[in-house]
Amino acid sequence: MKKPELLVTPTSVAHIEELAQAGANAVLIGEQRYGLRLAGEFGREQIVEAMNVARKHGVKVYVAMNALFHNDKVDELSDYVRFLAEQEVDAIVFGDPAVLMTVREVAPHMKLHWNTETTATNWYACNYWGRKGAKRAVLAREINMEEIIEIKRHAEVEIEVQVHGMTCMFQSKRSLIGNYFEYQGKVMEIEKKKYEKGMFLYDKERDNKYPIFEDENGTHIMSPNDICIIDELEEMIDAEIDSFKIDGILHEPSYITEVTKKYRLAIDLCAEDREKYRQVKGDLLAEIEAIQPAHRPLDTGFFFKETVY
Amino acid sequence: MFKNDKISKIINGKRVIVKKPELLAPAGNLEKLKVAVHYGADAVFIGGQEYGLRSNADNFTLEEMAEGVRFASKYGAKIYVTTNIYAHNENIPGLEEYLQGLQEAGVHGIIVADPLIIETARRVAPKLEVHLSTQQSLTNWKAVQFWKEEGLERVVLARETSAEEIREIKEKVDIEIETFIHGAMCIAYSGRCVLSNHMTARDSNRGGCCQSCRWDYDLYKLEGDKEIPLFDENDDPFAMSPKDLNLIQSIPKMIELGIDSLKIEGRMKSIHYVATVVSVYRKVIDAYCADPDNFVIKKEWLDELDKCANRDTAPAFFEGVPGYKEQMFGVHSKKTTYDFVGLVLDYDKETKMVTLQQRNFFKPGDRVEFFGPEIENFTQVIEKIWDEDGNELDAARHPLQIVRFKVDREVFPYNMMRKGH
Ligand code: SF4
Repeated sequence: MKKPELLVTPTSVAHIEELAQAGANAVLIGEQRYGLRLAGEFGREQIVEAMNVARKHGVKVYVAMNALFHNDKVDELSDYVRFLAEQEVDAIVFGDPAVLMTVREVAPHMKLHWNTETTATNWYACNYWGRKGAKRAVLAREINMEEIIEIKRHAEVEIEVQVHGMTCMFQSKRSLIGNYFEYQGKVMEIEKKKYEKGMFLYDKERDNKYPIFEDENGTHIMSPNDICIIDELEEMIDAEIDSFKIDGILHEPSYITEVTKKYRLAIDLCAEDREKYRQVKGDLLAEIEAIQPAHRPLDTGFFFKETVY
Repeated sequence: MFKNDKISKIINGKRVIVKKPELLAPAGNLEKLKVAVHYGADAVFIGGQEYGLRSNADNFTLEEMAEGVRFASKYGAKIYVTTNIYAHNENIPGLEEYLQGLQEAGVHGIIVADPLIIETARRVAPKLEVHLSTQQSLTNWKAVQFWKEEGLERVVLARETSAEEIREIKEKVDIEIETFIHGAMCIAYSGRCVLSNHMTARDSNRGGCCQSCRWDYDLYKLEGDKEIPLFDENDDPFAMSPKDLNLIQSIPKMIELGIDSLKIEGRMKSIHYVATVVSVYRKVIDAYCADPDNFVIKKEWLDELDKCANRDTAPAFFEGVPGYKEQMFGVHSKKTTYDFVGLVLDYDKETKMVTLQQRNFFKPGDRVEFFGPEIENFTQVIEKIWDEDGNELDAARHPLQIVRFKVDREVFPYNMMRKGH
C-alpha cells in the first residue's frame, strides 16, 4: 500500500539529522522574510547546510515562500528563487501568486506547492492552482475528514494534510503586541519585548490559551490545542493522501523528534499491518499525551467537526 | 500632493478631473439599495442568498436583485453581487444555476475570491464582470498582474496596502482598482482569519465570522510553568479591535492616484448610515473633481459623517501602518450622537405639510434636522403633529406610522429627518 510522505518542520540544521533518523521523509524550512510561521529560522547558509544533511539521508527539502508580499519585496523574489533553484531544493511552497509568476520567469522547472493555509477548502481550487503550475495543494486545517477524502478523489495534484501540531488562527499586519504595550505606556520595553517567546492570550470564557507572537510578517495567533490524529490515519492512508505534515512550531526539538518517531511507526503499521496498527494506536496516542507540554492539550482539530455559517 | 495629468484636463484655464472614481456603496436590502443610489452612489454591492459573506445580513432574492437593477439603471448606477466565500466541496452543487440567475437578473458583476467561482462564472455566466474580492488579500503589483492575466476586470486590494503601494500597482498594471474608504474592517488579513471557526465552530470564510477579534483577552507570558500577566490590575485587557476606516481626508490623493472605485463597507448598516456616508463622499468627490486645485475639506462634511458613527474612526494603512491609536482598548463602540427619526414620503408646497414615515420616537417641540441630496441640511422645531386621519398626536411613537406636520422649507421624498440627543 502506498505510504504518505512524512513531512516535518525542523528547528535547526542539526535537528534535520535527528528527524531523518526518526523517520521523516521531507522537511519544510525557510526564513521569515519569505515564509510564514516556521519552526526554525533558516537563512541561505543554513539552507545550503540543510541540503547537505538532507541529501545524505534521502530527505526532501521544501522551502517556504508563502508570505503575503507587499511591493517592497517583489523585486527580490527572483533572486531568492534563483538561489533555491541552484541549491536544487525539492519544492517551493507559495500562497501569493507573485511567487508563482516569479518561478515561471526564473526557474520554470521548480516544483511548487500551493499553501495559503485557510483558503484551500475545495477540490476545484486545488486543481485550479495545479493548472497554474502547482504540483501539490496543502489543505486548509478547517475542513473535515470527509471533505479531505473527497478533495483527494477529485485532485489532479498531490494533497498534503497536517496531522499534528498547532495551527494558525489569525494573521494581522499590525503590531498588536507592540501596540498593546504602547497603549499601556510601556514604550521603552516594546522593541525587545514584542518579539519575546512564550506569550499567549487567555480567553476566560472558553478557558483557552492562544499562543501569540510577532515577527516580520505581523502578529500571529495560534490554536489553543495541538492536533493529533495518530490513531485516525486509516481513512487518509486508504485514500492515498500524499503527504502528512507534523508542524513543530513553538515546540521543543526533542518533542518534535519524538512525535515524528511515533507517526513513523503509526504510518508504517497502518500501511503494512493494519491489525497491529489498531492494537497499538491507542498506546501511541497515550505516549504523545505523556510528552505534551502542560498548556497544550491535544485534540482532533476540524477532522471530525462540523462548522456552520 | 501628486497631480496626475492622466486623469485631469485644463478647461478654461482651470484643472478639472475628468476621470471620476466610482462611488460604491453597500446595501443589505432593496430599501437601502434605493437610498444608496438616490443619495449618489454610482454602484451598489449587495449579497444574494448564497455564496456571499455576511450570512446574517439581509440578503436579496433574485427577484429583488432584478428590481434593484431596474431601479439603479434609472440613475445609471450598477449593481454588483458579493459571491466571495471560500467554498467547500458541498457548496459546488447549485453554483452554476445561482450564477446564471445573477446574470439573468441583470447584475453587472460579481465580487469573488475563490477560483472555483471565478472560472464557473466565466463558463456559465460570461456577461458578469468578475472582480477579485479583498478576501484574496492582494498586496503587491505582481499578484495583481497575475489576476489581470487571468482576465479579471477589477481587483479589490487588501486593506493593508498603502497609498504609495497603490500608486506603484496602478503604474505597473492596467486593471481597475477598487479600495475601501469607509467602514468596519478586519484587523487580520482578510481570508486569513479563522478565529470564529475555532471559538464558535462558525466558518468565517463562508460568512460565519462572529467578530471574535473584538472580544477582550488577557496577555500572559509563560516562564517555565509560571504564567506571568503582562498587564497591571488597572490596565485595560488586550484587545485587537480596529477603529473603523475613514479616509475622507485622503479622497483627493485617492482620486489623483487614479483609483477606479471607492468603496464604503457596511451591508448591515441602516439606511440612515448609508444615506449619510454616501452623500458626504458624493460631495467630496464632486467638489474635488470640479476644482482640485482650490479644494478644501469642509468641516460640515466631517461633522456630518460623525452623526452616524457608532465607532471611532481612523485612516488605517492608506496613510502608513496603524499604531495603537488606530485601535480601541477598553471600549468597543461609542454612542451615536443622532437618531434617525423619519423618512420623507411627500411634501405639499402649498400647505408646507410633509408626509413622513416615523422611524423613531419624536414629539412636538423636538428640534430636528433634515438632509438629502436635493437640499442643504437645515434644522427646525416640530410643532403640531397629525396622523393620517387628521388626529392630532402628542408624539410619533409607533414604528413606521405615517404622520404629517409643517416643515418650513421644501423637502423631497427619501430626504431624512434626524434628531440629536
Ligand atoms: S474575527 Fe475579526 S479579523 Fe477575524 S474575520 Fe472576523 S472581523 Fe475579521
